[in-house]
Amino acid sequence: MARNTDIPEQTRVSWPIVFRVSISGLQRRFGRAMITLTGVVLAIAFLCYMLVHEAFIRAMILADLDSLNILLQQNDIDIFSGGQMDPMTYLLIGLTLLTCLVGIINAMLMAVTERIKEIGTLKCLGATDQFIVRAYFVESTVQGVCGAAFGLLLGLLVAVLVTVRTYGGYTFRTFPLPAVLVSLVVSLLAGALLSITAAIIPAYMAARKQPIEALRVEE
Amino acid sequence: MVDFHKHLDAAEDAQRDIVIRAIDVKRHYHGSGGVVTKALDGVTLDVFRGEYLSIMGPSGSGKSTLFNMIGGIDSPTEGMVFIDEIDVAQLDSYELAWLRCHKIGYIFQSYNILPVLTAMENVTLPMIFAGNSPTEAREKGMAILETVGLGERAFHRPFELSGGQQQRVAVGRAIANDPVIILADEPTANLDVHTGAEIIELLEKLREERGITIISATHDMKMLDVSSRILWIRDGMVQRLEERKNLNIQIGGLEG
Ligand SMILES: Nc1ncnc2c1ncn2[C@@H]1O[C@H](COP(=O)(O)OP(=O)(O)OP(=O)(O)O)[C@@H](O)[C@H]1O
Ligand SMILES: [Mg+2]
Repeated sequence: MARNTDIPEQTRVSWPIVFRVSISGLQRRFGRAMITLTGVVLAIAFLCYMLVHEAFIRAMILADLDSLNILLQQNDIDIFSGGQMDPMTYLLIGLTLLTCLVGIINAMLMAVTERIKEIGTLKCLGATDQFIVRAYFVESTVQGVCGAAFGLLLGLLVAVLVTVRTYGGYTFRTFPLPAVLVSLVVSLLAGALLSITAAIIPAYMAARKQPIEALRVEE
Repeated sequence: MVDFHKHLDAAEDAQRDIVIRAIDVKRHYHGSGGVVTKALDGVTLDVFRGEYLSIMGPSGSGKSTLFNMIGGIDSPTEGMVFIDEIDVAQLDSYELAWLRCHKIGYIFQSYNILPVLTAMENVTLPMIFAGNSPTEAREKGMAILETVGLGERAFHRPFELSGGQQQRVAVGRAIANDPVIILADEPTANLDVHTGAEIIELLEKLREERGITIISATHDMKMLDVSSRILWIRDGMVQRLEERKNLNIQIGGLEG
């Protein structure tokens, strides 16, 4: 009776299609996505602000203009330290990113729990574990990268505004373009890494859900 | 007279193609404190290709559990299940996904339409899982939506559809990959009498036109009328299995 040898393996859904399914889901759950996003935006904005601001201060110290040095000292900058951030600041940034990581994981786990029936249904329709992993991975990563991009712009903007308010035109006269670009890239990478790391656990949790959940009638 | 019928049925049965075979299927749940719930306690059943089998039984009798077993959704504690001659117990998760995708269409009591997708996307998703290109899927999806009477509502989202329309989307989705079997666990329980009757009619039409085997759990007496056979289960065991034509009932009479 058994003739299991001729069962083909279920087709693997390609990335572009997974992407489209996930994105349409995100668009239609926009409000929820925005909340998850906000956490990433704020964390990356903070990181970016710190890095860019540091780059500005350094550039101004290196410029070594008398009037600027006075201005710097008036603002409690130790011009002999070269504008380096102290270890406490690094710790603060680290903690912010960690909080953000936990936040995304939490938001995504909630999304998985909320959609347990949906995942069950997808599996009844023939979705493989791999599809579910990919779909949640894409969802979480896209949210993270968008959040990081917004955070980047916000952080840059705030850093420029704050520096201009205190140092006026010096900000642009000593504008450290390469260092600012490096700060932006570092922030973006940190955001991407953060959201990809945060995606792993929820994606696997989602894939482990069983199709039997689809049949459970809630109430 | 009754014996004569039974005899004939047995001879007929031997000729017919079996699409699901359950052999002494048991499903026991081990609860806290060593309590064992015997949701299914030795069910043996052959389902024939192209028939409409209704499963009846009081709440908690094991109907849904039986569905999970014969739909490749849950595995039995003991016993064997063959779906279209495939031994379900031997499949790995990718083969199971293939089986669910190609052989079985599921219809749920609470529709389970994916809320973020349109009617069309809901119907085409199983085709995407089956490896069809989005273009192919959309063409076929439109034809299916017309079949279930939703041609005009193809691009509406579930919240814009009535319960009956959502269940029609679910029927469309169930037939997306031309399954051998449709499993419907109380498909009309959340619908009013009239809308429920329309869904039943639709399922019967699909059975007749496409030869899809329909297995449906129900408390709905109207369902019995279109059934080929009716299975009663009680306390996880088969209580009675009868051809519709051998049942001397009037639908109206049973309802009261
Ligand atoms: N996951 C589970 N854990 C423990 N017991 C379960 C579980 N699922 C079902 N049962 C038990 O198995 C028995 C059969 O349940 P099942 O859902 O199959 O009944 P049913 O006939 O579908 O009932 P209804 O008509 O109310 O849907 C019930 O006694 C139920 O409590
Ligand atoms: Mg049930």
